[in-house]
Amino acid sequence: MPKEKKTLNLNFGPQHPAAHGVLRLILELDGEIVEHADPHIGLLHRGTEKLIENKTYLQALPYFDRLDYVAPMNQEHAFALAIEKILDIEVPIRAQFIRVMFCEIGRILSHILNITTQALDVGALTPSLWGFEERETLMTFYERVSGSRLHANYFRAGGVHQDLPRGLDEDIANFCQKFPKVIDDLETLLTDNRIFKQRNVDIGIVTKQDALDYSFSGVMLRGSGIPWDLRKAQPYECYNQFDFKIPIGKNGDCYDRYLCRIEEMRESVKIINQCLAQMPSGPIKTLDGKISPPPKKELKQSMEALIHHFKLFTEGYRVKKDEIYISVEAPKGEFGVYLISDGSNKPYKCKIRAPGFSHLQAMDYLIKGHMLADVPAVLGSMDVVFGEIDR
Amino acid sequence: MNNLSDLEKIINSELNTKIKSSKINHQQIYLSIENGNLIEVLLFLKNNSKTKFKQLIDITAVDYPENERRFKLVYLLLSHEFNSRVLIDFFISENEIVSSLTSIYPSSNWMEREVFDMYGIKFKDHPDLRRILTDYGFEGHPLRKDFPLTGHNEVRYSENDKKVVYEPVKLEQNYRNFDYESPWEGTKYIKNQTKK
Repeated sequence: MPKEKKTLNLNFGPQHPAAHGVLRLILELDGEIVEHADPHIGLLHRGTEKLIENKTYLQALPYFDRLDYVAPMNQEHAFALAIEKILDIEVPIRAQFIRVMFCEIGRILSHILNITTQALDVGALTPSLWGFEERETLMTFYERVSGSRLHANYFRAGGVHQDLPRGLDEDIANFCQKFPKVIDDLETLLTDNRIFKQRNVDIGIVTKQDALDYSFSGVMLRGSGIPWDLRKAQPYECYNQFDFKIPIGKNGDCYDRYLCRIEEMRESVKIINQCLAQMPSGPIKTLDGKISPPPKKELKQSMEALIHHFKLFTEGYRVKKDEIYISVEAPKGEFGVYLISDGSNKPYKCKIRAPGFSHLQAMDYLIKGHMLADVPAVLGSMDVVFGEIDR
Repeated sequence: MNNLSDLEKIINSELNTKIKSSKINHQQIYLSIENGNLIEVLLFLKNNSKTKFKQLIDITAVDYPENERRFKLVYLLLSHEFNSRVLIDFFISENEIVSSLTSIYPSSNWMEREVFDMYGIKFKDHPDLRRILTDYGFEGHPLRKDFPLTGHNEVRYSENDKKVVYEPVKLEQNYRNFDYESPWEGTKYIKNQTKK
């Protein structure tokens, strides 16, 4: 006669420090082994897509900061690109460089947060103290260029909101000089650390086939050995002008994903350095008055500029009828915007494709057969942020 | 991505009757099909050696309340091998049921749950069609165009009951939808008042 099996149901979250936000995970446990995981998401659902349908294109942009709030500008980038593609706007080259630079700063922001909190989840406190100091520096760059540390609202269709303030490029260059040393320091704490390796090596292995089946993207895909990065595969903006490498994992476990992120930060520093070295001068947004507001100086003299300004900030610009899907390589994976415009000043439909959504979906498959203590390690290496998953 | 038109030709010739129309725009292929052919088309696109759309990027729906066939379902696929993307869409009416893709693309599970939650479209053979993003016990489907932006219920902590209570939405000021597109003629509600 088979022995009767007793399982224990455990509620992980919604308020749990290792859940990286508001995740309610219902775990079915047999002893300490997880048999089944059922993530309940949506605790941070704000109806972003519904709100965007009711706002003009300019008003809709700030909502993208609030999705993956760890790397806000990468999200804005997707939306700005979608509008630009439909309207066929040419973005000035300086604006492209600035946008790429801040997207890479966003990537470093996100990866620092992820690596250090993943370490925190498995018991290492120091990396987060060191990492957050650097994040703070990066966020001051955000603040200096856009006025706010997190919700930047800086990118616009056709360019960026304003030019770099004086001295910022030097400070970013200084940071780039010092930062590789910080990565080295972080690595001395983690890469060969026995405890860190015991907690991450061979945990949460994703095979190539499963990575495709579960719609993984970004580091989750590259960690499993699939060389796929949208910056290389489908270069948007001016990414094809830069020299950088795409790090790829071998085993597809949590440790490989950690190594990928470390290497990606080094590559991002390289890109930022190249941006600074080659930064061209010129306008920072399109000169088309129907899309981007005129310079303040002109408002006092030019009637046309005044009309454009008035129309842009009341009615907003109209986007011709079209349908488009645009994706960018956000730090967490492929972030996409599926936009349907109907010729009015508001999007008819804006579907946001968040990478974390598909990653979290695979939680059940990833954690099956692992110990309860591995749940935070797997969750940490997936790099979930609930702003984008719940939308 | 030069071979996009070749790819379009292959898809059209292999699936000739099942594709209603196709076009290339923004370096992507747009295919229109019929609801009943969904599984066949996707199986072909996933498994054929010339297409290999191995990854399902997203599923979503669009609501056109004035249409007889109200919803447009959109499937986004990506082929890593040929570095190309395809969008597949078809229209369905409100009570029509769509086949679930969970047996072909495991990741469609949550995506279909989201479409169900947001639009109320049902999927056949889906293993676990529950709401996903909205609250437990939520009513209505928020992304339908006839769902109000402010919703129906609001929550607050009640000091008397010592728990969170649900109440109908009370707004101090009505949501105002300014008609910016013709600012000189005044908004509609003012026009109505002046006529009286």
